[in-house]
Amino acid sequence: MRRVAVVVFPGSNCDADTLHAARAAGCEAYVVWHRERDLGQADVVILPGGFSYGDYLRSGAIARFSPVMAAVAEHARAGGQLLGICNGFQILCEAGLLPGALMRNAGLRFLSRPVSVRVEATDTPFTCLYERGEVLELPIAHGDGRYAADPRTAAELEAGGQVVWRYVRDNPNGSTNDIAGICNAGRNVVGIMPHPERRIAPVLGGQDGARLFLSMEAGHATQHAVGVRAVGDRHPGV
Amino acid sequence: MTRATPFPGDPPITPELAREHNLTAAEYARIEALLGRPATFAELGIFSALWSEHCSYKHSKPILKTLPTTGPQVVQGPGENAGVLRLPDGWAVAFKIESHNHPSAVEPYQGAATGVGGILRDVFTMGARPVALLNSLRFGALDEARNRYLVTGVVRGIGDYGNCVGVPTVGGEVDFGPGYAGNPLVNAMCVGVLRERDLITAAAHGVGNVLLVVGSRTGRDGIHGASFASEELTHESERRRPQVQVGDPFTEKLLLEASLELITSGHIVAIQDMGAAGLTSSSAEMAARGGAGVEIDAALVPAREAGMTPYEILLSESQERMLVVAKADRVADVQAIAAKWELEATPIGRVTDDGLYRVTWRDQVVAEIPGRRLIEDCPVYHPEAKEDPRIVALRRQRPTPHVPTPPPDEVLLRLLDHPPIASKRWAYEQYDSTVQAGTALGPGGGDAAVIRVRGADWGLAVCTDGNARYVLLDPYEGGKAAVAEAARNVACTGARPLGITDCLNFGSPERPAVFYQFQEACRGIADACRALGTPVTGGNVSFYNESPTGAVDPTPVVGMVGLLGRADRAVPSHARERNDVVLVLGETRPELGGSALWEVMHGAVCGEPPRVDLEAERRLIDFLVAAAVAGGGLVRSAHDCSHGGLGVALAEIAMGGPYEQTGFGLEVDLTTYALRLTALDLLFSESHGRAVITCSPERAAAVTALAQEHGVPIHRGGTVGERGGRVRLRLRDATIDRPVGELREVYFTAIPRRLGD
Repeated sequence: MRRVAVVVFPGSNCDADTLHAARAAGCEAYVVWHRERDLGQADVVILPGGFSYGDYLRSGAIARFSPVMAAVAEHARAGGQLLGICNGFQILCEAGLLPGALMRNAGLRFLSRPVSVRVEATDTPFTCLYERGEVLELPIAHGDGRYAADPRTAAELEAGGQVVWRYVRDNPNGSTNDIAGICNAGRNVVGIMPHPERRIAPVLGGQDGARLFLSMEAGHATQHAVGVRAVGDRHPGV
Repeated sequence: MTRATPFPGDPPITPELAREHNLTAAEYARIEALLGRPATFAELGIFSALWSEHCSYKHSKPILKTLPTTGPQVVQGPGENAGVLRLPDGWAVAFKIESHNHPSAVEPYQGAATGVGGILRDVFTMGARPVALLNSLRFGALDEARNRYLVTGVVRGIGDYGNCVGVPTVGGEVDFGPGYAGNPLVNAMCVGVLRERDLITAAAHGVGNVLLVVGSRTGRDGIHGASFASEELTHESERRRPQVQVGDPFTEKLLLEASLELITSGHIVAIQDMGAAGLTSSSAEMAARGGAGVEIDAALVPAREAGMTPYEILLSESQERMLVVAKADRVADVQAIAAKWELEATPIGRVTDDGLYRVTWRDQVVAEIPGRRLIEDCPVYHPEAKEDPRIVALRRQRPTPHVPTPPPDEVLLRLLDHPPIASKRWAYEQYDSTVQAGTALGPGGGDAAVIRVRGADWGLAVCTDGNARYVLLDPYEGGKAAVAEAARNVACTGARPLGITDCLNFGSPERPAVFYQFQEACRGIADACRALGTPVTGGNVSFYNESPTGAVDPTPVVGMVGLLGRADRAVPSHARERNDVVLVLGETRPELGGSALWEVMHGAVCGEPPRVDLEAERRLIDFLVAAAVAGGGLVRSAHDCSHGGLGVALAEIAMGGPYEQTGFGLEVDLTTYALRLTALDLLFSESHGRAVITCSPERAAAVTALAQEHGVPIHRGGTVGERGGRVRLRLRDATIDRPVGELREVYFTAIPRRLGD
């Protein structure tokens, strides 16, 4: 059983949903309060969505100074698996653990709606149970979701296969290259703007997000996709 | 005689000063008699707040007492922060709706945001975790820039607050009408769930127990908000802008978590939001409810700025503050929980046994009032009620067409483009509707929103409804209609309606014509609630919704909660499968009074509004609930007929949800339905008690039998066509034949186009 730490900042509001999604996938998931400095031997760390510190300055800008962030950075440097969802993605960019930044949506309004994203990379710890090119329907709910990177960074991401998810059909927020999620060069740190934890059961309108958590539990990012595909058929309870 | 002395610098108490505090001469005389001496400035402020209409319900109380409030499902009726109804397996639902109209009229963003904040606190102070927000909004027409500014600001305010706190905004309504141009209505509803055993109330008891302020510091914002809400809006109201409070949803989220932790900790005996009239109302109401006395040292309240007077501290409506009564020996425990959530918790007073509401500034007593009398001696008025003859004339009036009515398909397109009917996607897209991962049917998905709670199979269906046009023309029928439509909407998802909360938005009760509307609308609500078995568990009266151009249209808004045995069986509004059978339930009569058809084609709100047959309504509801359960769910979709009638309902069923690529075609033959009616009557009459359902062809016979068993008229209208197909409605004297894509385009772009967005 994988140990999954869900970090809670003041203002996090997707922590309970994320915790539940990880547990439904069979992980041993627990909460780590932002003032703690120890992640409790986590195999996987997740920074959930929300409005850490109210996001009054800039999304994620204050949270990155939280005491827990030193341990999170250390976990990533040691090759540990780290996922940021929505506000968590913003924090990872602010902390320099992922390149680029998340800016105000192009339409200047908060947007809450389902979007279609294509899985572009399956060699990450969070996508190994998906098929490359598969199109998922997941909800977004963000005001600052426009992924922005300078042309060189964007080109590097593309060349390195670090774009993990891409908006298809339409780009809701004006993200560079339709980017919905990326990983670092080491492929152990991943950020995603849509909310996979909100689509893990048919009652919620779909379960396209469930395999992200099952991928975590399945263990290591893998080229042995054949071996784990069977696990992908497992449907988590709700 | 009680003792209290003026605070240095307080102005002398004069009749003018009392009047400025919205107290009549008779009311002030009553205060002096009650105290046995002149009031201090602080006391004047306290009475002004607690005897304001907003806090005292002095004009509405006798009428509110006629509403049905009991039933086996009622755990907590009116009088607490929120009503509570029983759910299966030890669960309960707490819910309430409240207005924030006046603040939103002068400062739409903060006004709406703090409205959301207040209603959240009302629910979580009951020990319930908020799981859904809804809002019911009314604005003037979108062709005026001021109204566009208000819509944009209010929607952003609601979104930014609810989104940050992490409670999904799942439903509500937006309506437009010229009557709201100077005075928009912003009603926010919150729904929370709790274990019934965790229910906590706001009654201070236990002599020696300690009062603490938890949360934000107290500043000079919002002083006199409660009395502001109890007067008419004038050109001077812009100057009231500083009385609008500023919201901080981040602190609210911390306060929510801290409050729920405090309630389950057992360290506290009571908790209350410091809402309208701030510290004054929360502490005085707590004392009155508990039958105890309370003593507060205003100098101990943490202030945001230096030099605040007791008067200001008592009346500030600074947001995100709670008043908590801690057990005498648990103060440190309470402070530890608050500190974990990075909040201040400061002892400011204690519960006493002398029945007095006493405020000191260190050693000086600045206010001392018998607690019960402060709440209970507020005068109660029985204003004159008389219908305005102009309304009688309006009811008799029929539109005189200046131009011939275009063919039905053009009328349908005009209606779909009409902002009160058109999709509200522009608004709800700005609200996080899926946080908490419990939304089974979100905005645009079903006639009511459906949420489920982790650890339970059941679902809650929630909606708000109220069509002011009907109330304007006939307040009794309009009141009934608001309840009936809400119940129908809940039942369309398959849920059994359980109970309501109501927000009664009217003009000045001191005008007989307005009070007549209020009284009659309440009579309608009461009758409908009795007939449908949905007691009123609380709500809010908002009077004085008047601008220089007159009173708003009388707008009672009903917030309904229903229970669905299984959330995963929730029935959506839209067609889902090709070749499914389309069935029309209920009876269509020629009832175009107050209709969208007359409003759009003739610019007229007139005539007799449709009558509500409560027995027929009840049968339809029983059928919809039974059909959703029988055989694992007989129906694939269900949608009620309301504003815009059967024509708009059929179009909405075909158009589908907001994020589908396209809708479905529809082949419906109405040539043998409602034989006496013309095409326009049949399509756009707004008769109540109707719904349209779709089901698989194999189940049509069972559905028809079930409807007949329930005594619900059922007409097999046709079938669902192909995706992206044409909507064909055949009538005896006309045909509608349009591609569904065209309908979608009109329906979904009407509002953003008008907002230039």
